[in-house]
Amino acid sequence: MTSNPGGTWPHAPGFIAGDRPRIVTSRFEYEDSYTLERYLATDGYSGLRAALVRPATEVHDEVKNATVLGRGGAGFPAGNKWGLTPQGVWPRYLVVNGDESEPGTYKDRLLMERDPHQLIEGCLIACYAAGLSQCFLYIRGEMALAQERVAAALNDAYAAGYVGKNILGSKFSVDIVLHWGAGAYVVGEETALIESLEGNRGMPRLKPPYFPAAIGLYGQPTIVNNVETLANLPWLLRNGAEAYTAIGTATSPGTRMVAVSGHVQRPGVYEIINGITTFRDLLYGEEFCQGIRNGNELKAFVPGGGSAPWFTPDQLDLPFEASQVGPAGSMLGSGAIMVMDSTTDIPRAALTLTRFYAHESCGKCTPCREGGTWLERILSRVVDGKGTDADLDQLMEVGESICPGAFPHASNEKLGIAAVPFPYRMNTICFVGPSAYAPVHSALTLFRDEFEARVTKRTLIPVTAVAQ
Amino acid sequence: MARLTEENVRLAREIIGRYPKPRSATIPLLHLAQEQDGYVTNDAMAHIGELVGATSAEVYGTASFYEMFKFEPVGKYLINICGTMSCALMGGEELMHHAESRLGIHMGGTTPDGLFTLEKAECQAACTEAPCLQVNYRYRFRVTSENFDTLIDQLQAGELNDEIPAHGTVASVRQHIPAERGVGAVAPEDVTEGPAWLDGKAAL
Repeated sequence: MTSNPGGTWPHAPGFIAGDRPRIVTSRFEYEDSYTLERYLATDGYSGLRAALVRPATEVHDEVKNATVLGRGGAGFPAGNKWGLTPQGVWPRYLVVNGDESEPGTYKDRLLMERDPHQLIEGCLIACYAAGLSQCFLYIRGEMALAQERVAAALNDAYAAGYVGKNILGSKFSVDIVLHWGAGAYVVGEETALIESLEGNRGMPRLKPPYFPAAIGLYGQPTIVNNVETLANLPWLLRNGAEAYTAIGTATSPGTRMVAVSGHVQRPGVYEIINGITTFRDLLYGEEFCQGIRNGNELKAFVPGGGSAPWFTPDQLDLPFEASQVGPAGSMLGSGAIMVMDSTTDIPRAALTLTRFYAHESCGKCTPCREGGTWLERILSRVVDGKGTDADLDQLMEVGESICPGAFPHASNEKLGIAAVPFPYRMNTICFVGPSAYAPVHSALTLFRDEFEARVTKRTLIPVTAVAQ
Repeated sequence: MARLTEENVRLAREIIGRYPKPRSATIPLLHLAQEQDGYVTNDAMAHIGELVGATSAEVYGTASFYEMFKFEPVGKYLINICGTMSCALMGGEELMHHAESRLGIHMGGTTPDGLFTLEKAECQAACTEAPCLQVNYRYRFRVTSENFDTLIDQLQAGELNDEIPAHGTVASVRQHIPAERGVGAVAPEDVTEGPAWLDGKAAL
């Protein structure tokens, strides 16, 4: 074992351990954590064994009782999701969403690179419990190392009898097929992921009727689960739902992986206790990020991936609990916090996100395809000092054509504004369009003065006659 | 510049065989074509269409959606510098300017010697190690101007050949399902019953 006081290891750059329970990152300290040998030496595949000696319905109930919240963004309990498939329709598939690309987010990449067997074991447990007869593990195209590690792990697991025909000599048989993408953020949306897996352009499908659990891959019932969600299952089956729910809170049990990036002293990926850890703990805690860099003041932070409305220091004491973050005007999303200190140029920071979503629009829905591009162009103009105050109103108008009605935002004591709770209404099939607007809306709502300082006031443009 | 080689057709058939429907193999086969030629040629797309049962236009329709597929030659090393928020907050844009001046090309351009193509990338999932970049999808973290220059020197001198294959190869390890261990893919219409292990009893 190689450990050090800071809880960091050179072979796992970005990850910082600390003195807390670790459910999904328990092997990260081993340099060879991705090998079958290490996996077997550290309880590997014993969760699968524990599952296979019980009837599938019992295993499903165990996962339901543990309330394993989906870690991809929506936070829907995995056990309940598995139960949404229609009765008597076969075959059913498992599609693993490893297309991690939400700005600020990375945990699935580490889980795939550092502990691929844990993911494979999680897939097997899900397939067994929910009666899924084939699994497709979709890894983001740009993640070469993750693809290599998972491919090697699958090859070893097949050879050793953990995957494939008659697993561990039982009547349980399932193939896990490694599939990989080719660079498209929107494919992280579950119906787009399925389109992509069918060999098409990754454009989201309309829900209803295309809820994957009912009509998914090849029109069959399909469960789409996030990598981190599945990585929780081996531990859960080894230790039981009671041990799982003993960590965290009743509504947000267990742990979750959170990446904190930007202007903090010690950016990193942390496995935190769900439900109770607050943003203040994370940003300022000694075991976490140890404060804002260079002793600067905190200006704002994005609490749940690039799509999430922003928070300011007013919201620091909120815990990692969806039922509190939602009413406060944002979401926990994919477990990614991006921190901006007092030196941050807010309009430019917002532009880096809006540009991302405008670029990643698949083009299917007009409000997103056109609106996202408009937002980017107008915001660029403002950032370059070529905008007018009319542009600021226009940004909001374009945003309203994507998301009609009040858009969620945080409260702010200094500005005297109350929170507008999450979620928003939207005129698009998926969340890419609204996500282009979220940073613009947050920045303009919370830091309008920074925009106004940059634009020409129409009323101040001198009006002179052509001739006297 | 061409259709898939015999060896790659064999690999392609192995990949196609894992899916209940052949068209699901389209993206993996496009990667195979790009690995073969460094970019995706028209002939390769037509060939992939034949293999998966799609027209070449349908294959191009899919391929053109995805950022990683290139339809004309790019440099041996594709350098993607992240420009999304976390990297931008930590100097990503400055790094891009430095890269442009060091290589003498703009974002999207290729050096005259065909060695480097520079691209601005969107979030690469390494946000705490900002600013980051990828060379042919291999990471470099917390990149400074000096690190960048060293990286270019090393790539030019061929010192990283073992770690970083030429553009086209993403993962250098492939999945292989041994015939005797695999369950095999079944077309969904040929499945009428639930799996055997859902009989209310333990599987082991």
